[in-house]
Amino acid sequence: MPLRISRLSLSHFRSHFNVVIEMDARPVVLYGPNGAGKTNLIEAVSLFSPGRGMRRASAQDMTRRPEALGWKIDGLVQTPDGLQDISFVSEQGQPRQVKINDKPAPQTRLGELVRVLWLLPSMDRLWIEGAEGRRRFLDRMTLSFFPGHAEASLTYEKAMRERNRLLKDQVRDPIWYKAIEAQMAKSGAQIHANRQQALERILLAQDMASTHFPAAELDLVQTEGEMPDGETELRAALEESRFRDLAAGRTLVGPHRADLYGVFAAKGVPASDSSTGEQKALLISLVLANARALVDDFGSPPIVLLDEVAAHLDASRRAALYDEICALGAQAWMTGTGLELFTELGSRAQYFEVTDAAEGSIVTPINATG
Amino acid sequence: MRDTNDIEALIAMMARLPGLGPRSARRAVLHMIRKRALLLSPLAELMTRVARDARECLNCGNIGTQDICEICEDARRATGLLCVVEDVADLWAMERAGVFKGRYHVLGGTLSALDQVGPEELRIPKLQARVESEEITEVILALNATIDGQTTAHYIADQLEGRVTLTSLAQGVPIGGELDYLDEGTISAALNARKAI
Repeated sequence: MPLRISRLSLSHFRSHFNVVIEMDARPVVLYGPNGAGKTNLIEAVSLFSPGRGMRRASAQDMTRRPEALGWKIDGLVQTPDGLQDISFVSEQGQPRQVKINDKPAPQTRLGELVRVLWLLPSMDRLWIEGAEGRRRFLDRMTLSFFPGHAEASLTYEKAMRERNRLLKDQVRDPIWYKAIEAQMAKSGAQIHANRQQALERILLAQDMASTHFPAAELDLVQTEGEMPDGETELRAALEESRFRDLAAGRTLVGPHRADLYGVFAAKGVPASDSSTGEQKALLISLVLANARALVDDFGSPPIVLLDEVAAHLDASRRAALYDEICALGAQAWMTGTGLELFTELGSRAQYFEVTDAAEGSIVTPINATG
Repeated sequence: MRDTNDIEALIAMMARLPGLGPRSARRAVLHMIRKRALLLSPLAELMTRVARDARECLNCGNIGTQDICEICEDARRATGLLCVVEDVADLWAMERAGVFKGRYHVLGGTLSALDQVGPEELRIPKLQARVESEEITEVILALNATIDGQTTAHYIADQLEGRVTLTSLAQGVPIGGELDYLDEGTISAALNARKAI
């Protein structure tokens, strides 16, 4: 049974006061004017995977104003492991609490049950902006293959914060460094290996598919120096780098310095030098390849969130995208300002009109068959 | 009126204790008042004595009423085994199990650069001294499986390497636990620590 959300209810979440929608397995189209609350809806769906969601917002930012009472999301999710009732509650600015089938659960458990990928307008400049965005994009893809990637990343970041504090305070206790570096090396090597394997799977899925979207050549690189290949090597590199790191006041070697280098394969041009449209097409291509790879790995395509994607594609590319999503069988959630952007989908999708009202966003199912 | 205020103040104070809320504190206070001779007065006397006498053991960091706690005083527990724990609560948990017959060393926390807790704040120098003076042959690191706990374990292991046998508690399936409910990390740790039947 493909992964899908069959019922979603939002209470006091951003612009939504109280919304309940029911869906089947087909792609979900949300259309309506700017500011109506379409992206807020798919942001709610993004929270079904571990982390802070696609906007990386705090729970407090997600609360509906002016009430600021906290918020609740409840979803009935069909997963390869069966039907799950997954809910999130944030009470008055507190971090979101996860419940799976009425039992409190850690966020990391979500990663085992649900896979969510997304593409947002803010990612249009991904290839030309700083490495952090590309690293985040890569980690989101990696997490979809390896749920344990979240835990390794948290461990690495916490240990690195500790080390950076020692560096900043100019502490010179080598044994203390060694103890922290042991943890950084273990989790860091895991992060690096996960990323490499995720990239391999995505590239393989890309090679195997016949698609209208351009292929990318991808490489995991470092913004500076080289990434040691294993735990022992990373441990040694951290030790060796201590003196330099003390001068810099931060850690200069490790997977936090990784970058995703992309090349537009057909032209042999770096993604950063490609046209805006080509860059966007590359991202779509990667998300689709990731989704295809997951069908084998996870037993189902992921849920895919495509915010305002249709608006940037010409009619033939749009049609190709819709065909590929339908062929994948993924429950893709797509937003756009008008129904005409989704004509090519016809009855292969389900439609909801999102409008703004004083009492909150209104989401109305529409019987549109193109 | 004043009496009522004292009772309310007692309830409010009790409600600040871990594991108690306002309602359970109210119930406990009412119960104690009803059993004044049996509970309230002896409890008040005990609390006065504990407030006066409770102190950290100068040797291991356990909490007792003497400068040196009963465990450190007990010659039968000089087995050469020393169990290092983060907190007194961990020591008491180990004692409840009643299986460890050696002595303890309470660190009083874990290394945390972000919280400004370094080796000096953690009784680590005292641990090193004890390893020599008490002829310790094995140090058991019973620290939590958190990042700070493990950093501290690595630190101590490095300090004592070559001087004593270093061990840590096994990680894996809890007694009465079901595999289906365990996370991947625990299952993996359990598998790595498997033993012959």
